[in-house]
Amino acid sequence: MTDTADLIRAVEQADTPPRLLAAVKTLAKAQDEAGIPTLIAVLGYNNPVAAEIAIDGLIQLGSASVQPLITLLDEYNYGARAYSIRALAAIADPRALDVLLAAAATDFAPSVRRAAAKGLGGLHWDLLDSSLRSTAQTKAIETLTSIAQDADWSIRYAAIVGLQGLAGVPDLRESIASVFAQIAAADTDAAVKARVALATQMISPS
Amino acid sequence: MMEPSEEYAAPLTEPDAIANLKSPDLSLRYYAAWWLGKNRTQSPDAIASLIAALDDEDDRTELGGYPLRRNAARALGKLGDRSAVPGLIRSLDCPDFYVREAAAQSLELLRDPSATPALMKLLEGGVASAMPIPGRPHLAEPYESVMEALGAIGASEAVSLVEPFLQHPIPRVQFAATRAMYQLTGNEMYGDRLVQALAEGDVKQKRIVLADLGAIGYLPAAEAIACSDAENSFKLLALKGLIESHAAEPLSTDSIRVLNLMDTLL
Repeated sequence: MTDTADLIRAVEQADTPPRLLAAVKTLAKAQDEAGIPTLIAVLGYNNPVAAEIAIDGLIQLGSASVQPLITLLDEYNYGARAYSIRALAAIADPRALDVLLAAAATDFAPSVRRAAAKGLGGLHWDLLDSSLRSTAQTKAIETLTSIAQDADWSIRYAAIVGLQGLAGVPDLRESIASVFAQIAAADTDAAVKARVALATQMISPS
Repeated sequence: MMEPSEEYAAPLTEPDAIANLKSPDLSLRYYAAWWLGKNRTQSPDAIASLIAALDDEDDRTELGGYPLRRNAARALGKLGDRSAVPGLIRSLDCPDFYVREAAAQSLELLRDPSATPALMKLLEGGVASAMPIPGRPHLAEPYESVMEALGAIGASEAVSLVEPFLQHPIPRVQFAATRAMYQLTGNEMYGDRLVQALAEGDVKQKRIVLADLGAIGYLPAAEAIACSDAENSFKLLALKGLIESHAAEPLSTDSIRVLNLMDTLL
């Protein structure tokens, strides 16, 4: 029987990349909440393979990871921050809403903004108190509509993916369809145009 | 006299920038050429002034380089006006390597077939001459840019000159040759060779190959691009290249496949 404290120590003391990967794998697999802060720390090790393993572990831990991911969000390392935002987006707990809104609108790193924009479209709104739901969704649409005008094509692309997710809510579909129509008319980038054509196709009732 | 650094910060207008190309202050000329390209000015005046700057003799580096010519050549590629082609072709003979490189890159963007003979001339001598220049960080000629330009132009008469470069000792030169060979022959063997290169080498090599696959819009590479070990930004750009080569309405199943892969990289 292995103690999680040992697994954490193995990650912290790993002195070669293969040892690190093995230790992160074991800790992620243990699925113990006590290992969450260590898995989050791995996101900042600048080792993409280890980070992907840690992210998967955090996502599988689900709602237990949400608060630590928000609290321990790395303000000084945008690589680590992008991984955290991707984990929050995949877990899709609406407690991450404010973090995702801020990241999508104001982060300087495109990788962080893209992950947040996609995440805003996929939150489990039913977990949110019904009195807060519509305000939260309105904020998400506003933010995504605004960044759908960004100068960076990849941010506009991610905004469309986020909006397509939000259009899964029947009440929002019509207003999102009109945002898509505006983007389709105005955007000149081939990839953005293709993505908005696909999104329009996906949300039209057939 | 005002320090050039103060002038750098001042916002330019297009007439200022054009006038500055003839300023006695060489740093102002250099900056103005960059500014005109950056801001994609399209006026005939701007283009004519930049073409004239390709023959500048005033602005020289210690090693005999021509900084203003380099910037003018780069800017002309961005402006998309084919009246620049003859001047850029002449610039392929410039003694400054970086002027020749900038001219080849701009000719790639302008895709004018009249540049083909001059570009082909730079490949003469083949791999045997394509060696590093002692004491300089570059080869004898800007081979990568030249082959990329020939590929973009679709100069099929250059195939036999490009092909030997598939064996060049430097990987990125090989990749440029492979990319051009795919564009010139449409043979999937060359696309697959780039996909193979994506599985090998370090992350710097992967970034170069991703850009090559994006530039040729090689659809069979979509999945290999999406799962290669490089940053998502580079993978997204490569997949964007695939979409751009196959953009059509209504969307094809291939385009939808690529878009779905792009979504996973956000």
